Amino acid sequence: MQRYSFLNLAWQALRGNASWQPAWREPRLKTGYDVIVIGGGGHGLATAFYLARKHGVRNVAVLERGWIGGGNSGRNTQVARSNYFYPVSSAFYDHSLKLYEGLGGELNFNVMLSQRGLIALAHSEHELEFLRRWCNAIRMNNVDSEMLAPEEIKRIASPIDLQGRFPVFGGFTQRRAGISRHDAVVWGFARGASNLGVDIVQNCEVMGFDIVGGRVHGVRSSLGPITADKVVMSVAGYSSHLAKLAGLRIPITTMALQAMVTEPVKPVLNAVVMSGSVHAYVSQSDRGEIVIGGGADAYNSYAQRGGLPQLRATIGAVLELFPSFSRLKLMRQWAGRVDITPDTSPLMGLTPVEGLFINCGWGTGGYKAIPAGGDTMAHTVAIGTPHPLIAAFGLDRFKTGALVDEGAAAGVAH
Amino acid sequence: MLRISCPYCGVRDETEFHFGGPSHISRPPETVDDSTWSEYLFVRDNPAGLHFERWLHAYGCGRWFNMARDTLTHEIRAIYAMGDPRPDL
Repeated sequence: MQRYSFLNLAWQALRGNASWQPAWREPRLKTGYDVIVIGGGGHGLATAFYLARKHGVRNVAVLERGWIGGGNSGRNTQVARSNYFYPVSSAFYDHSLKLYEGLGGELNFNVMLSQRGLIALAHSEHELEFLRRWCNAIRMNNVDSEMLAPEEIKRIASPIDLQGRFPVFGGFTQRRAGISRHDAVVWGFARGASNLGVDIVQNCEVMGFDIVGGRVHGVRSSLGPITADKVVMSVAGYSSHLAKLAGLRIPITTMALQAMVTEPVKPVLNAVVMSGSVHAYVSQSDRGEIVIGGGADAYNSYAQRGGLPQLRATIGAVLELFPSFSRLKLMRQWAGRVDITPDTSPLMGLTPVEGLFINCGWGTGGYKAIPAGGDTMAHTVAIGTPHPLIAAFGLDRFKTGALVDEGAAAGVAH
Repeated sequence: MLRISCPYCGVRDETEFHFGGPSHISRPPETVDDSTWSEYLFVRDNPAGLHFERWLHAYGCGRWFNMARDTLTHEIRAIYAMGDPRPDL
């Protein structure tokens, strides 16, 4: 792999940048692999990367029906955090945050991780009590978190209006939380995986599965049939559709989650500020854009665009908290196709079809989970049993009743 | 903004309504096994395309009705009374 380094940059620049190699190969699709990963988003590419990197499983294909990172991986608000409530969730998401902390070095790709901290706001005494309980739970899970007084919040997020329509009674922070560059994470994993021998095939849609005697033997794709002993479904919003092709029905509802950015301005906000009760969160990208997100639109949608009511509610909430932002032009607005589960925890691990694995149900919170999602799924596929960190997120929990309800703790309730 | 034709009040903005999830899910008797019960509670078709769903005119007449809507385009294909069967579309 052509390493990215200051020396290489300088050397290439002196030679007119004529000999940079493509970041990932465009291979000819083979007729069979050991593992097929369906879905070329962050999770799918990370799964392929860790399969090759940590388990020596390199005869892998990632099949992406569009372009890699064109789904939710390219539509999120780039937040990485691990402030969850339940021990099983905390352990998973903090593993992911720790992987993010070393990711740039691991992938030799600048993922632009900026651990600028996250602040969750309380707008009443009751909410402050609720945040104290949540903060304590985070600390008991051995993850960093501390309460903040309003003045401390004002010092960190100076454009905030503490005395507006939604007064700020205080909040908590996770200082290790932050943002990274979503495209870089996708491209970094793609480049890493491709360099280790993984075939990344774009414009290849899976139309069906070859399942005999309850066991998967391959897939039927728009580019022809491909055999594999192990297949991973990692397609987020289209998971119900893909699972149905395998004869499975899963507890997923697909909805539109909107996000937007303003015109770029000079640095003004150096934290990710989240308000659970008014349903919005804000940060500033490294390009200077104010990045805004909120709750999902209320009804099932595959449209990848939301409607005006939710947009208005989200922007309205942000402007009450940050009145000066009303002067900014909204530059771009879009939506992802999020796969919501009944308990807002993911669906990971084995399926009733032998050799067929699933990784979905990330809902509005999949970006922060990309490294750990890939790492644990790679382990699960290579070894054959769920990685300990994802044992609680199996499909069977909906039968046993062992739901992991992170709805309140996920930050923005679905 | 979805413009929804409430069968009782006429066309109103979606902000007057509350989405009530998919229609035509019948509650099974309580004697079924855990698998069947959990399917009823949690498993959904979640189609990319025509979807039959329930809506409540929460800030209007307060009544429920059914809707057939395309989840890819958001086009409302039919509105029919609560309790009526799925229309043939």
